[in-house]
Amino acid sequence: MNTVIFRTTAPVVIAIMLVFSVFICLRGHNEPGGGFIGGLIAASAIAIYGMASGVDRVRRAMRVDPLALAGFGVLLAAGTGVLSLFTASPFMTGIWYELNLGESSVALSTPMFFDIGVYFVVFGSVSAIALALEAGREEDL
Amino acid sequence: MEFWTQASLYLAVGAPALAALVAPLLVRWLGGAAGWLLALVPAGVFVLLLGGLEAVAAGLPLREGFDWVPALGLRLSFALDGLSLIFSLTIAAVGTLVVLYSGAYLNGHPHQGRFLAFILLFMSAMLGVVLADSTLALFAFWELTSVTSFLLIGFDHRRQAARRAAIQALVITNIGGLALLVGVLLFWQATGSWELSALAETELRGHGLYGAILGCILLAAFTKSAQFPFHFWLPNAMEAPTPVSAFLHSATMVQAGVYLLARLSPTLGGTPIWTLLLIVFGGLTLLWGAFGALRQTDLKQMLAQSTIASLGLLVLLIGVGNEAAISAMVIYFLAHACYKAGLFMVAGAVDHGTGTRNLPALGGLADLMPVSFIGAALAALSMIGLPLTLGFFGKEEMYLALFTLRLDALLVLLVLILGNALLAGVALVVMIKPFLGPLLPTPKPPHEAPIAMLAGPILLGGAAILGAFAVDWLGHDIVAPAASTILGEQALSHLGLAIDLRSPIVWLSVLTWGLGVAVYWQAATIRTVLRRGGRAIGWTADMVFDHAMFGLIRFAAAATRFFHHGRLEVYLLVVFAGLALVLLVPVIGLGGLDVLGSWAQGNWPANLQPTMPYLHEWVVLALGVTGLGAVLLAPSRLVAILALGIQGTAVALLYLLFGAPDLAFTQFMVEVLSVVILTLVMTRLRLDERDHRPLGEALRDGAVALACAVGVSLTLLLVLTGTLDPTLSDFFTATSVPLAHGHNIVNVILVDYRGFDTLGEISVLMATGIAILALIRGTAKAGSNARRPAPQPGDDGLEGEA
Repeated sequence: MNTVIFRTTAPVVIAIMLVFSVFICLRGHNEPGGGFIGGLIAASAIAIYGMASGVDRVRRAMRVDPLALAGFGVLLAAGTGVLSLFTASPFMTGIWYELNLGESSVALSTPMFFDIGVYFVVFGSVSAIALALEAGREEDL
Repeated sequence: MEFWTQASLYLAVGAPALAALVAPLLVRWLGGAAGWLLALVPAGVFVLLLGGLEAVAAGLPLREGFDWVPALGLRLSFALDGLSLIFSLTIAAVGTLVVLYSGAYLNGHPHQGRFLAFILLFMSAMLGVVLADSTLALFAFWELTSVTSFLLIGFDHRRQAARRAAIQALVITNIGGLALLVGVLLFWQATGSWELSALAETELRGHGLYGAILGCILLAAFTKSAQFPFHFWLPNAMEAPTPVSAFLHSATMVQAGVYLLARLSPTLGGTPIWTLLLIVFGGLTLLWGAFGALRQTDLKQMLAQSTIASLGLLVLLIGVGNEAAISAMVIYFLAHACYKAGLFMVAGAVDHGTGTRNLPALGGLADLMPVSFIGAALAALSMIGLPLTLGFFGKEEMYLALFTLRLDALLVLLVLILGNALLAGVALVVMIKPFLGPLLPTPKPPHEAPIAMLAGPILLGGAAILGAFAVDWLGHDIVAPAASTILGEQALSHLGLAIDLRSPIVWLSVLTWGLGVAVYWQAATIRTVLRRGGRAIGWTADMVFDHAMFGLIRFAAAATRFFHHGRLEVYLLVVFAGLALVLLVPVIGLGGLDVLGSWAQGNWPANLQPTMPYLHEWVVLALGVTGLGAVLLAPSRLVAILALGIQGTAVALLYLLFGAPDLAFTQFMVEVLSVVILTLVMTRLRLDERDHRPLGEALRDGAVALACAVGVSLTLLLVLTGTLDPTLSDFFTATSVPLAHGHNIVNVILVDYRGFDTLGEISVLMATGIAILALIRGTAKAGSNARRPAPQPGDDGLEGEA
């Protein structure tokens, strides 16, 4: 798989995939998509990058251990649920806020951050597994 | 007085726990002197509780509580009545002196702060046990005392003996803790109440559950209070630092069982079985402990064994259960708390001053440690039960309780006299041997202990004497209310200082003292005989415990080896065969096959009308079937994995065609990742390139796979024959935008309506990720030994979601 073509195009492809995964994640509330699918796309990107350039380079590029990202995701998701305590409503009650940006407005909400948490968990866990498996493969080769 | 109705009991229970939080910091700043400051907390609790004395003596218990989970009828409630008062005052008083003592005893120890924190935490738990009115709170505090005592006994965690003793105490007392939980639940079953105060007014003796409840409560009390045959953990617990023994193993932790029996005596007591069991086990424990004490030469071991004896005595008295016996039990509890805590502290002072606790190596210390000697003498006099000490009144009352002309009562009386005489002998040995006689060389040059360590023995010994002089007041204000609580009816005090020499009871006391002196003179002979006897028996309860624990470990190892043998193909076969059973048995049971029969005759249900697929649907179908065929015919594993991907893609296309874009999307990604991860796993496990299953195995595995497939298909078909209940989907469609501001219903369900489920799922996903990483790293170290593909790691968490 270590062809020149693959190694050259992989960074471009995965860059597009990562951006696309964020797009899919954010549009999920109204269109097909969501944190889960977004996370899977991003994890696939990482897996491909690992095959093309080696696990060490991926780990250096990510800077953070993927499993730490997953942990951050769980914390973020749970944390958004706790926020509703401040509105004296039950755990995980959604809070919505329309951020007005002149011509358009952006809806900020706790479910959105919850979904971002899901994204990080899926992204982190799956890429951690994929990278660990790829690292083992390199030892064999 | 307003305060009394508000929060004093919460404060009494909570204050030591709060002090425990700051204890390590205080010790860091102040060193051992922090003991003086921290001792103020239990002292304050003592004063606080003393404020309730008047009301309680007047027969008006204090009650506090708030509805914790009103929907379940759960309250966190505390009550201060006569029984709680005497126990909580003892805990606070001894606790104050013990905290003071620990400040000096462990001065300079690197973990002194931690130790003080544990002691204070334990004190909170213990106060909670005796003050709780809610049975569930009682259970929680009860378990907390077990846990904190585990930490305290194992405080010197570098020593194997301390760790073993800690685990042993935890296991034994937790058996009782679980029994208590069952007992509490049975109480609820029988009476519908979680309140002890309500239980006291309920008649349970004729209830069908009486036997089960009694069994649970007795098991809890006997394990906690070290009754025969569960007594062995207490001597081993002497591995703890001496302040722990002075606190936990004299007046508090081990008395929790006695407290429980006393507390439930009005509810459960008085039946023949109750009386019989308590008297028999109490009496056995009394004699066993008293003889055990005489076998020992280590000061602390002697005291621990004599504590077992005293606990047996208390249980026996509760079993006897008449007014005099209960009064005797209350006074004896007080006297024992004073003298035993004092003696433990003296033992610690001797150890601290000379470097040894071994009796044959000690002698003539009275001149060098005069204050310790006075403390030991005061305590020992009370333990012997000489006049003008609390111990005397305890002994007089218990003899009075049994002084009737019935054969069984006289037999119990005989046991009591023997037990008391043996304990008197122990007291004489402990008082005389280390302090009088010729001075013997010790590991350290003997010196008197610091004042913080002497305050305890002197004050407690002094209290035993003072209490005797104030016996009128004590009897009326302390003993009678407690006895009334235990008896469930008004008890009157008849304690007085005057000694009537014409009463035969006094002469029974004289007999006890005489026997005690004889025991003292013959202590060495008795010890030799007892040790010879012990060797002749050859095994101890301690060894039984060890055998049971190692047996448990061996059983667990065998069970693990049986189920977790490491042969992947067997795991997979079992899992999929199980799946097939789960799918097929209910379907066939529900008549799935009958439905097939009716379909064969053309009676298709409405939503299963076969329609001719369009061309593009044919194409997708063909793609899937091709993928499947390729899996079966694949020349190598790699090709099979890829072919499986093709089939999965066809499924994803089907989802897309039938209006489930989210599902299709996820399915695509899962397929891609599955192929990648399976390929990686395959290379990782160093599998053969080709599948070399013999024909028999292939047929077996194929049959299981086919059974699973038939099961899934039948289940799906059966589901489709029913009418779909659209309530939920209608609700989601209608409310998705107005309630959750989202048009993608699938996503809204995931992150909003059922966000809590998703939170659970992502937590599982994360945990699975960690587990898989551990597996991968583990096999990387140990080398791969599996021969067949692993379960698909990427799929487990994902497909459940998709």
